[in-house]
Amino acid sequence: MSFSIYKYASPMTFYGLAGKMIPWFSWGAAILAGLGLYIAFFMAPTDFQQGEAYRVIFIHVPAAWMSMFIYMVMAFWSAVGLAWNTRLSFMMSRALAPTGALFAFLSLWTGAMWGKPMWGAWWVWDARLTSSLVLFFLYVGIIALWSAIDDRRRGDKAGALLILVGAINVPIIYFSVKWWNTLHQGASVSLMQAPSMAAIMLMGMLVMAIAAWFYSIAVAMVRVRGIILERERQTEWVKELLEKN
Amino acid sequence: MHWASWSEFWAMGGYGFYVWGSYGALLLLMLVEIILLVRGHKQTLTRIRRMKNWEQE
Repeated sequence: MSFSIYKYASPMTFYGLAGKMIPWFSWGAAILAGLGLYIAFFMAPTDFQQGEAYRVIFIHVPAAWMSMFIYMVMAFWSAVGLAWNTRLSFMMSRALAPTGALFAFLSLWTGAMWGKPMWGAWWVWDARLTSSLVLFFLYVGIIALWSAIDDRRRGDKAGALLILVGAINVPIIYFSVKWWNTLHQGASVSLMQAPSMAAIMLMGMLVMAIAAWFYSIAVAMVRVRGIILERERQTEWVKELLEKN
Repeated sequence: MHWASWSEFWAMGGYGFYVWGSYGALLLLMLVEIILLVRGHKQTLTRIRRMKNWEQE
């Protein structure tokens, strides 16, 4: 097993693998999103308390999950990159950050769109909302840091450090609804107890969450291929690749 | 199916602005990301080709 892992740690091999993954994950995302939207709008019933406004959660919860999950993946790659100085790790972090920022923004935006009719406020400074806003600022700060440092290696390392320090925020977001008295409701889905929502609503949310995963993988692969080409442009294989195409 | 008509579907029980405001933002941002990515990838390829040609001259 370790043989194949080391093989794909080389940017050259990974470039090809990523290229093969893109169509699968793109089509997977499209089909799952279609199915998820059908469940969200045509199969899930009206909520007895929230009316139709609750349908925002089919994108709000997957976006929020994705924004936290992508951050943890970036933290993982940053730790690997700092520890073993592997080239591909830092490229993966850079490829994921814009998509993480997108989902962090969408979780705030859709939350506001739900909060206004349900709570009567677009925004409140409760622990869950504030820590989610911090997550969005972390993404923006990391991207800004990378673009501010011209030296690629220094930029990679500084970015990785900031990502690792900021990782403390992710468990804070996750547990905020338990640790503090928040206006935001508690977890809808938990490993420890039965979900607090109807099965079909849960199903719609999970399908949309998997669609978000597929989408994130597809766009991150496109982005990482661009980064690989840019960084390996002096190598023979990139020169050969460009001559072929 | 619990929508009597398309207009009822778009109205979302009076919450149309909030529901479509959410899904619309998602759609818009994803489209922007995809367009930027595809265009960016093409620009990277042309830039690297141009650099390579310049080095060979």
